[in-house]
Amino acid sequence: MTPRRPVDVGDPDRLYTVTGGRSRADDDSFDLVTLVVSECEPTAGMQSEHVRILETCKHPTAVVEVAAEMKLPITVVRILLGDLLAMGRITARHPRAAGSAAAIPDSALLKEVLHGLRNI
Amino acid sequence: MGSATSELPSRMPLSDTAETGLKIVVVGGFGVGKTTLVRSVSEIRPLNTEEVMTQAGIGVDETSDVAAKTTTTVAFDFGRISLNERVVLYLFGAPGQERFWFLWDRLFSGTLGAVVLVDTRRMDDSWYAIDRLEHHKTPFVVAVNRFDDASPHSLDEIRQALALPDHVPLIDCDARVRSSGKDVLITLVDHLYALAMAQEMTP
Ligand SMILES: Nc1nc2c(ncn2[C@@H]2O[C@H](COP(=O)(O)OP(=O)(O)OP(=O)(O)O)[C@@H](O)[C@H]2O)c(=O)[nH]1
Ligand SMILES: [Mg+2]
Repeated sequence: MTPRRPVDVGDPDRLYTVTGGRSRADDDSFDLVTLVVSECEPTAGMQSEHVRILETCKHPTAVVEVAAEMKLPITVVRILLGDLLAMGRITARHPRAAGSAAAIPDSALLKEVLHGLRNI
Repeated sequence: MGSATSELPSRMPLSDTAETGLKIVVVGGFGVGKTTLVRSVSEIRPLNTEEVMTQAGIGVDETSDVAAKTTTTVAFDFGRISLNERVVLYLFGAPGQERFWFLWDRLFSGTLGAVVLVDTRRMDDSWYAIDRLEHHKTPFVVAVNRFDDASPHSLDEIRQALALPDHVPLIDCDARVRSSGKDVLITLVDHLYALAMAQEMTP
């Protein structure tokens, strides 16, 4: 069994710096599987984390993949994505069922999932 | 990480047409085979990430008497399956310990469903996960990772030991085998499909 080693960002000072002092996203608009797409190239003087997100998301990339790639906690990534979204530098493709805690999706989508799984 | 991981790419861009992300969560005790199961069906090497809670006084372990603890970390890994041009399924492997459930809504609201992975040698680890999933009203199936089982309990015995209701699917699996992992996922989605049909029939 591999011992679990947390990625090295638990340091509150580090989180503070990356997010400009915020510890929570203003809203929960980014689900773990919201797909993020860059809408522009990084520009000079941009915060380095923003640059990395724009580079990572040239193709659709889930929030959780961005977090893993950047080795940052989900919360921090959500804040950074919120900034970029507000500036129009990314777009977000949200999952259908986001927000509704326990709703079962419609059977048509599930059929699609089954079909996809049978083909892997 | 084992050497088997090297066969899968760690990065592989999704199709530009991808628009819908879906979630399935694999929960279970330590070392039960969660990462192995995720890896066996994933198109990318499982990646690791974490969530932190920074509020004071929340998410403090029950055993801790330090009320001012401000950071709680939950780590989990995930893999990915592109189901078609538009739909991509993310599979999360998460430990079922207490602080994890505290973050459930934040991380896994809207999840399709869950797989509870069980090791018959440590069945107690599964109780808590089953209880929490019922509490969160998340549909789930239970998969028994057989390892090289010296004392093969029957599925009926396991169902009894877990006090698992009849309507919850219970199956055997070998987390290392892709076709077996695939069967587990199909069992879950079949179950969801039946639930969705029943719901759609109800006026
Ligand atoms: N013989 C056998 N070994 C297995 C099986 N599934 C997993 N293993 C091994 O058991 C060990 C633990 O598996 P993991 O997939 O890392 O378990 P996990 O649940 O992700 O573990 P943690 O994340 O540490 O809680 C690894 O060495 C696997 O290779 C199985 O079906 N049979
Ligand atoms: Mg693991």
